[in-house]
Amino acid sequence: MNRVRPFDHFVLILGTLFMVLPVAVAVMTSTHTAVEIHSHGLFLTPGGHGAETYATVLTRQGGFTGQVTGTRMMMNSLILGIGFAVGKIVLSMAAAYALVYFRFRFASFLFWIIFTTLLLPLEVRIMPSYQVMSDLGLLNSYTGLIVPLLASATGTFYFRQFFKSVPDELLEAARIDGAGPFKFLIDVLIPLSRTMMAAIFIIMFVYGWNQYLWPMLMTTEERFFTLMRGIKQILQVWVGSQIPDYNEAFALAILALAPPVLVVVVFQRWFIKGLTESDK
Amino acid sequence: MASIDISNVSKTYPGASAPSVSDINLSIRDGEFIVLVGPSGCGKSTLLRMVAGLEDITGGEVRIGDRLVNGVDPADRDIAMVFQNYALYPHMTVRENMAYGLKNRRTPPTEIATRVAEAARMLELGPYLDRKPRALSGGQRQRVAMGRAVVRQPAAFLFDEPLSNLDAKLRVSMRGEIRRLQKRLGTTSLYVTHDQLEAMTLADRLVVLNAGRIEQVGAPLDIYHTPASTFVASFIGSPAMNLLDAEIRGTRLHIGGADLPLGVNTAAQGQVTAGVRAEDLYLAADGLPFRVDFIEELGAQRLVHGHVEGQPLTLAVAPDVALSDAVHLAIRAGALHLFDTASGKRLPASGTGARPARATEEMAGATARPLL
Repeated sequence: MNRVRPFDHFVLILGTLFMVLPVAVAVMTSTHTAVEIHSHGLFLTPGGHGAETYATVLTRQGGFTGQVTGTRMMMNSLILGIGFAVGKIVLSMAAAYALVYFRFRFASFLFWIIFTTLLLPLEVRIMPSYQVMSDLGLLNSYTGLIVPLLASATGTFYFRQFFKSVPDELLEAARIDGAGPFKFLIDVLIPLSRTMMAAIFIIMFVYGWNQYLWPMLMTTEERFFTLMRGIKQILQVWVGSQIPDYNEAFALAILALAPPVLVVVVFQRWFIKGLTESDK
Repeated sequence: MASIDISNVSKTYPGASAPSVSDINLSIRDGEFIVLVGPSGCGKSTLLRMVAGLEDITGGEVRIGDRLVNGVDPADRDIAMVFQNYALYPHMTVRENMAYGLKNRRTPPTEIATRVAEAARMLELGPYLDRKPRALSGGQRQRVAMGRAVVRQPAAFLFDEPLSNLDAKLRVSMRGEIRRLQKRLGTTSLYVTHDQLEAMTLADRLVVLNAGRIEQVGAPLDIYHTPASTFVASFIGSPAMNLLDAEIRGTRLHIGGADLPLGVNTAAQGQVTAGVRAEDLYLAADGLPFRVDFIEELGAQRLVHGHVEGQPLTLAVAPDVALSDAVHLAIRAGALHLFDTASGKRLPASGTGARPARATEEMAGATARPLL
């Protein structure tokens, strides 16, 4: 096999350290008390207060109203992340299906219109989007959090390319087998694009999970707060004259990190398959 | 099972200036195996796809049984199709692939199970029923595709170059299997191929297409012995028929400086295209002066490629015949084909006795409609 090259390994190890160390520091530091952190700085050794810090973070009712716990924020983030990913997959798949399999005028023109929306991220249209949601009375709701972010040029693009690579004969065979447009989508295209969907799910889940600006605008009630906002809240709310709860901030950051990592680890095999392999 | 009637069918693709298929008339009897053959781009696949309903018909009518199917959905035409790249559903097992069409037609599950088992037995797919297509070889995949067609018990099978993706050896055995299966089921079949050998061996009747038109329809041997045009002559048969510029003067045929007896009865005089099969030439003391370029050894025979008076010619001889660089050839009596130089059409033979003339009559009898 290949010769072991020490330099290659050195580079790889360096890269790994670069990526892993900050996370390790955060994990270790979160197991110390706030006072220790304040006086000694960051830690690379485990402390003895891990369990209680995480328990506090997950269960203590914080914020002004006392309605929001870490668990609640985590659930909000999950709803946002999953709703966002699933919604995007459904919507972009439907759009791509229409674009590829139904011959209508300006189909490719429409596709490019969709594609150019990549140039207009949420931040550009944030005021009108807010206005629309506000007029619809959807502020402070999960619908309001998720729906305006669902249209996805990237997802549509991926699905379109994938559908285009499905051989025409498969559609023709299905037509002769008596499968209408809906049956063809359900029985053939969706099973075929499972890996593709997994790949998009990962990307979109992490993207949705990491949303910061939009949830901050859309939700003013604390029971809709996501983890991303929570981390900031901890430092902001509890600063006062006392020592900031660094340990809790670190713990929350780790908690915020865990689900996306988990999703990636679980879906990794499919993810790679979806982006590289074509199984047709 | 049903007959298929194709009358005056044309296809012009949107934006195309000339039709891809123009004014095709063809009657396929119940249970007949018809092969559409022609070079790529001759419209044979388009014609098949119009019968299948995958392509709109621009003009004319297609009837399956007695039903006009021009506007009928492919699923409701009672046909089954086998594709070149198999078009199996990759995520379904062999069993599910075969059952899918039946399931969509709401066939009772017990009936589906019986039919799939029967098809699997017929095609020797039993051990593979629970495998995915990915885990099968090309030949097995094609058998699954045929199984998918068989379980439907359709009025007609449509084959779109089903053997083109297989290697040469497998192609020969699958060819036999298709023929056996079709004979056994007696289902009307329409088969598209560009391989003239496949066409010859499978067909009850052969339809030779060129540039969207039918050149000739007939039984394989009739077409082989009595090609209706230089196109058919050069397309059917391997090696291709030798076509030489020649001139008829009286009862003599002049090819370059050579002067041969005509051997067939014809009223034609002057410039013609003379066609002769490689196996209808033999070595003679006197005749066409032939210069050998190279020899292809095929085992059972050898093909000798060379020139006659500057025109390329191929000769088939037994492998034990001694050859020198320059020999003389004669044409077997009655084996000469004469074509009009300008149109490429076969020149009518006059009188009787010669083999081509007899075959022409047979062909006319076999063809349901005059096509040329």
